[in-house]
Amino acid sequence: MLEKNKNILDIKKLKVSFFTEEGEIRAVNDVNFSIPKGKVMALVGESGCGKSVTSYSILRLIQKPGKIMDGEITFHPSEGKSFDVLKLGEKSDMLYNLRGGKISMIFQEPMTALSPVHTVGNQICEAILNHQSMTKAEARGKAADMLAKVGIPGAKGRLDQYPFEMSGGMRQRVVIAMAIVCNPELLIADEPTTALDVTIQAQILKLMKELQQEMDMSVLLITHNLGVVAQVADEVAVMYLGRIVERSDVYTIMKNPRHPYTMGLLQSLPSLSMDKTKLPSIKGSVPSLTDIPEGCPFHPRCPYYKPEICDTGTPPDLVSVADNHDAACVRVKEIQNESSAKEEACV
Amino acid sequence: MNIKQKDTPTPLLQVRGLCKYFPVYSKGFLRKQIGVVKASDNINFNLMPGETLGLVGESGSGKTTTGRSILRAIKPSAGEVILNYKNNPIDLTKIHHKDLKKLRPYMQMIFQDPFSSLNPRMTVRDIVAEPLIIHKMAKGSELEDRVSRMMKKVGLKPEHRTRYPHAFSGGQRQRIGIARALIMNPALIVCDEAVSALDVSVQAQVINLLQDLQQELGLTYIFIAHDLSVVKHICDRVAVMYAGKIIEIASTNDIFDNPMHPYTKALLSAVPSPDPDQPMNMSLSGEVADPGNLPPGCAFAPRCELRSDECEQRIPDLEQKPNGRYVACHRGTGLRDSVIPG
Repeated sequence: MLEKNKNILDIKKLKVSFFTEEGEIRAVNDVNFSIPKGKVMALVGESGCGKSVTSYSILRLIQKPGKIMDGEITFHPSEGKSFDVLKLGEKSDMLYNLRGGKISMIFQEPMTALSPVHTVGNQICEAILNHQSMTKAEARGKAADMLAKVGIPGAKGRLDQYPFEMSGGMRQRVVIAMAIVCNPELLIADEPTTALDVTIQAQILKLMKELQQEMDMSVLLITHNLGVVAQVADEVAVMYLGRIVERSDVYTIMKNPRHPYTMGLLQSLPSLSMDKTKLPSIKGSVPSLTDIPEGCPFHPRCPYYKPEICDTGTPPDLVSVADNHDAACVRVKEIQNESSAKEEACV
Repeated sequence: MNIKQKDTPTPLLQVRGLCKYFPVYSKGFLRKQIGVVKASDNINFNLMPGETLGLVGESGSGKTTTGRSILRAIKPSAGEVILNYKNNPIDLTKIHHKDLKKLRPYMQMIFQDPFSSLNPRMTVRDIVAEPLIIHKMAKGSELEDRVSRMMKKVGLKPEHRTRYPHAFSGGQRQRIGIARALIMNPALIVCDEAVSALDVSVQAQVINLLQDLQQELGLTYIFIAHDLSVVKHICDRVAVMYAGKIIEIASTNDIFDNPMHPYTKALLSAVPSPDPDQPMNMSLSGEVADPGNLPPGCAFAPRCELRSDECEQRIPDLEQKPNGRYVACHRGTGLRDSVIPG
């Protein structure tokens, strides 16, 4: 293959199940998507939709009782051959070098992601020494540079502090420094700002965007916050009950969603620019993964539900509705006609 | 909705100089007190019947402490909380705790986390009925009847009364919490981050439910939240807190359309908009102030781009401005729009 791949990662037919007392829980069910090189791809959805499980699968971090049942996760590094992450041996050097090296991860809760009994400096140095050939002194110097880069004032002095001596925002900066210290090609950020206050969230998002552009990283951003998606992402995939229901670029998803679930999510957001009226909401609640509805999994909550079309057979596949825009809904064309007719009636 | 123009001039609640300080002790055997954390400091506001007041701020700003001190879930260090109870003004901070029990049905609380605020060993019926039993307000078939009606009112099926909380989703559990608060026919409800733990699609349902119940039952809410878009949606007036103090209080429209305090402005600009055409434009640096270690002047001064020498030396008072709004800033008025950077 001479032609360079324009994606950093291709996920095909990924299936992840958890085996519990209540039976097999299909947390991720037939998920396909690609992360373009140098872009921020966001995976959005409500709790239990499988967005975190998908991201954990990329680094093979699924633990018992979970199991990756099927699929391919092909990583295309800038140097060397593409390979399927799922085919790597559990204890192989390739996987070891991949984790925290070419692909690294930022976790949601900065307090639990850091070890409370090691200094911040030691934790960052560990990541450097594991992946790069450097002396301890050099690694320490690099760690200090990294802390300065993520905007921690007095970086040198901070190296010998423990995480509990820092605020939530500072800790998250340390976690980011640790994740990018080996120049990863793909950064997975699992709810990186959910535990933070809004003003700190805004700072961290700005920092991540700057670092991503400066280092030309690809980012997979996992979040439930559609505001964060709109501000940071280039491409968006919306998940519901273990499946991707809609995928496109951020403008299309936010301005012209086609799947009823995406439309409902966006409408039910109270926004700063909206007046005090009754919020449109999606009826019912997210069903349990042990009890996924037949047919389209969204049909019991869907305002466009048609009996015998939506509630039978296999769940709808993602189909192209426009250029670079896929939606998994059998009635997607009719719905567009219906809603535009409704709008005309309102005008 | 301008509540002030209504005929009822008596506020349901008057909070005057409410303070809650937590002592800080030294390490070691003697545990000498070495300082205080001013979790909420000199809080003043009035709350009209039927009104919804939002208390917003970042973590550690004292919104929960304020809410709990008002209900005397924790005893305030100083100040007055005057509740208009059946046209009798009663100072909640002064009365004996035995008398307080009689007032409890009048004021209730809805908690943030629907997973930890419900006893996992009690059925829904027991949870919702417990307040009525404690206050001996109903028994027998009347009790069962009221529980069923209340469950229906908050959108739960009365058939599910024998189920335990684990059998319900997050949104349904929050409905149980709401039913437990409402069964006493309260006048005042403190909602402490009542919708923060819920998913977007369910959050909208619970917000609508709270608003419908308010209209139907004439409830007065103190709505504590950190999500400004939710606050804008549900509140009539908003009080913004920073490091234990209210720094701005005004009608929702004034706060959101024309914030006067630089912190309010920064807070609004930090909310990521779901519209990709409205880029986030927050210039605020630094961290939230530590209430245990405050600067001598305005607590926000170290992060404020407009600070002057005065800001670093003297704590600004909450001063009245036109339109019944209050702002605590030495530099707030006159400078807005032109100088305060967005």
